Amino acid sequence: MPKLEPMTPTSIHVIAFGMIAEKIKTKELVLEYMPDTEVLLGYLYQQFPDLKQTKFSIALNKKMVVGKTFIPVGAEVALLPPFSGG
Amino acid sequence: MDRFTRQTILPGFGTAAQQKLKLSRVLVVGVGGLGCPILLYLAAAGVGTIGIVDGDMVSLSNLNRQVIFGEGDLGMNKAETAAHFLKAKYSDIKINCIPEFLTTQNIKVILSQYDLIIDGSDNFPTRYLVNDACVLLGKPLVFGAVYQNEGQVAILNGNGQNSINYRDIFPDPPTAYEIPNCNETGVLGVLPGIIGTLQAAEAIKFLTGYGETLVDKMLFYNLLSHQSYTMELSQNPDSRKGIPSSIEALEVTDYAIICGDGDSIDWEEAFDLLGKFAGGTLIDVREADEYPKLKGYPYQSVPLDLLDEKHQEWLNSELILLFCQSGVRSLKAVKILEKHFPGKKIHSISGGIEAPDSPIYN
Repeated sequence: MPKLEPMTPTSIHVIAFGMIAEKIKTKELVLEYMPDTEVLLGYLYQQFPDLKQTKFSIALNKKMVVGKTFIPVGAEVALLPPFSGG
Repeated sequence: MDRFTRQTILPGFGTAAQQKLKLSRVLVVGVGGLGCPILLYLAAAGVGTIGIVDGDMVSLSNLNRQVIFGEGDLGMNKAETAAHFLKAKYSDIKINCIPEFLTTQNIKVILSQYDLIIDGSDNFPTRYLVNDACVLLGKPLVFGAVYQNEGQVAILNGNGQNSINYRDIFPDPPTAYEIPNCNETGVLGVLPGIIGTLQAAEAIKFLTGYGETLVDKMLFYNLLSHQSYTMELSQNPDSRKGIPSSIEALEVTDYAIICGDGDSIDWEEAFDLLGKFAGGTLIDVREADEYPKLKGYPYQSVPLDLLDEKHQEWLNSELILLFCQSGVRSLKAVKILEKHFPGKKIHSISGGIEAPDSPIYN
């Protein structure tokens, strides 16, 4: 697992669950500032093309968001896929 | 003193909460890794009426996590076995046994008889079916699911008109290839034990008003790190698009197809095709220890893992039909064989050996 970059005053903290963590090959990422969730998704899809085939929901500071949403500096962004097992 | 003394003396719970449990009617969907602990704790806590719905049979590979069952139960219906087990333990609660799979046809009648639904199923078509029916019938739903070493728990549709439902979080069902289930990726038995126990706890809290619940929240739990993450859920404008407009519309919706099962055919079509193609092959892609076995028809048994390696065997088959337990692995099998034989007719049988039209029931 790659070493996590230290947080800077402008970075954001991305955490991933389930098969999203498998596809981005880590449970946590520190990224330089991303203005909104669309820019973040564009970046993630470019870095990890496999992600495009997986549905997931996004939470910003522990609240689920829908559509293009502004990301505050220092935010924690979670990438949350559905599970079906039981 | 009665069998509930240890919870009725609990400050804030008391006999009033116990009475609420006694009057509650709860339906548990699926008696698998989640359903077993859910049932054990609801029955122990004194939930007055418990419905158990499952058409599946116990197989050997279930026993690492489905703790109600033992070696003597192999091949038995899960709902009947669990109902018998709980009735023998407690005489003061009512157990309704429904030894069938939930379908678009029976879901309205079954769900209508309960105040709270708990989803312990193991596949997306059932999860979306249960969610949509709960929205249309106004039933609160305790959701729980696992993937490898992680689990999710939420109370959906528990807040009246403003409730969040599963489609607010995930509007469109993933395809079967996207998200594998326990049969394909493996699971330690304790994980559904923990997640199912959390579902039982949430059900008891919700029914009695005890403590803070996961209404409109989803909890994520990781068994390996013990980290948990709780997010507040939000409404999604796309949520309603996928839900049938009424329970009557739901009754004619095909949940296997909306969950990306479109390459599949049903058992009737399968036998039809096998009759037409003399060189057709039927293959069971389950592991050797999975039941029930297909009887009365010629077929080969080749576990999914070995399919790629053995593909040469079907070089001369014009038609290859694949089945498994529930229709998930056989879809993967189609993709594997299509790579080797792009021109051949290759289909998965929808719903697998457990499908309502499966020859094991006819």
